[in-house]
Amino acid sequence: MTLDVAWAQRWARESAAAIAAAKDELVELDRQIGDGDHGENLNRGFQAVVLKLDLIPDAPPLIGDVLKTVATTLMSSVGGASGPLYGTAFLRAAKVSGLAELDAHAVVALLEGALEGITARGKAQVGEKTMVDAWSPAVDAAVLAADAGASPEDVLVAAESAAAAGAEATIALVATKGRASYLGERSIGHKDPGAASSVILLQAAVRACGAPA
Amino acid sequence: MRARVALVLVSHSERLAQGTVELAQQMAPQVLLLAAGGMTDGGLGTSYDRVFDAVSQGLAAADGVVVLADLGSAILTVESVLEVLSDDAERVVLADAPFVEGSVAAAVTAHGGGTVAEVLESAEHAGSTFAVRNGGLGDGSAPAGETARDVVVSDPDACERTVVVRNPLGLHARPAAVLARLIAGFDAKVTVNGVNGASVLELMKLGATGGQGLVLSATGPQAREAVAAVADAIEGGFGEV
Repeated sequence: MTLDVAWAQRWARESAAAIAAAKDELVELDRQIGDGDHGENLNRGFQAVVLKLDLIPDAPPLIGDVLKTVATTLMSSVGGASGPLYGTAFLRAAKVSGLAELDAHAVVALLEGALEGITARGKAQVGEKTMVDAWSPAVDAAVLAADAGASPEDVLVAAESAAAAGAEATIALVATKGRASYLGERSIGHKDPGAASSVILLQAAVRACGAPA
Repeated sequence: MRARVALVLVSHSERLAQGTVELAQQMAPQVLLLAAGGMTDGGLGTSYDRVFDAVSQGLAAADGVVVLADLGSAILTVESVLEVLSDDAERVVLADAPFVEGSVAAAVTAHGGGTVAEVLESAEHAGSTFAVRNGGLGDGSAPAGETARDVVVSDPDACERTVVVRNPLGLHARPAAVLARLIAGFDAKVTVNGVNGASVLELMKLGATGGQGLVLSATGPQAREAVAAVADAIEGGFGEV
């Protein structure tokens, strides 16, 4: 399975479908420690991404072109903080993905770009109960996998499972960034919705490697 | 003459952005001020598209753009727009400044022909202007006045003059902006009761009221002309007497 432009397009569409399916779950997570709009906002954004992709008749030449479309569409259609956060993540990922096909190290670069975008906007560090707690271990696992000679697809699989573990680990953390930080200790016991949606996006990236749609 | 720098004011509230434009525009009529507030559906929040359009419009019309934003995700939205417009990174900056005070100060500096760096500095200085007052320095005139006098002694062009405020409301926002713009047009450094006369916020902070005396001090090649013009403006009562 090659990670090419068609993969990037499938990733965006798989993400939209998965976010739509998980919308209520994300709303519920966000209602517990945020303002409850994360599921709605992301769903609106990714539905807009699908509409935008439908409007582009021919596949663009580079993976970065697809990711940039995702980035700017999320920025303009997701309200709140997650639009700029995910928008910048996809934008930085796009900048290092000016390629027709990704090898294992290019997948690492894409994930590093996404993490860098999220930290540039959100200024969060590991352990603050945010998206970073999913993306940071994902990047670490991707680096290890790529260095061990894994295929691009297996690099994504490694990243996704590390992100899932990271997101589960946010349950025990106290939020110190974003709206959940207003709750202090009371944020313990709830999974961070941003970390949860990050896992959904990485799962979609893995699924996009499967049989072509 | 159109100012070289345009401002984009980004708020969660459409009306707050428009109101701040209205306020700053009165003090700086020649500056392009663009409001980018609220969501496109009329709700509270910031719209990437609105900010993107306003910044693009500012970049098309002026040499540079300084952006001010109110809270939280407004900052994130602006940063996202600037990241997408990174080809113009040297021409557009986001100020770390209080929204209303920073916008007013930046607009007046832009009106005086300030560069992006000068307008940015003016906006960001607006925060510390108020921090000093909160720090309990009183009216700040005594220590700063002594500094001004030291300069007077060492500069052959220096001059000093005392005038009396004639309009009953004193140096409120509009007259303060008039003076700051006037002073910015001279090749001179002018202080009013020891504070920087080119800063609209510092002039407002003096809280000078009708009947109060003000010490004008100036140094630099056009010190005399500047003091004469400022004295005329103050004694003219800003059209309010």
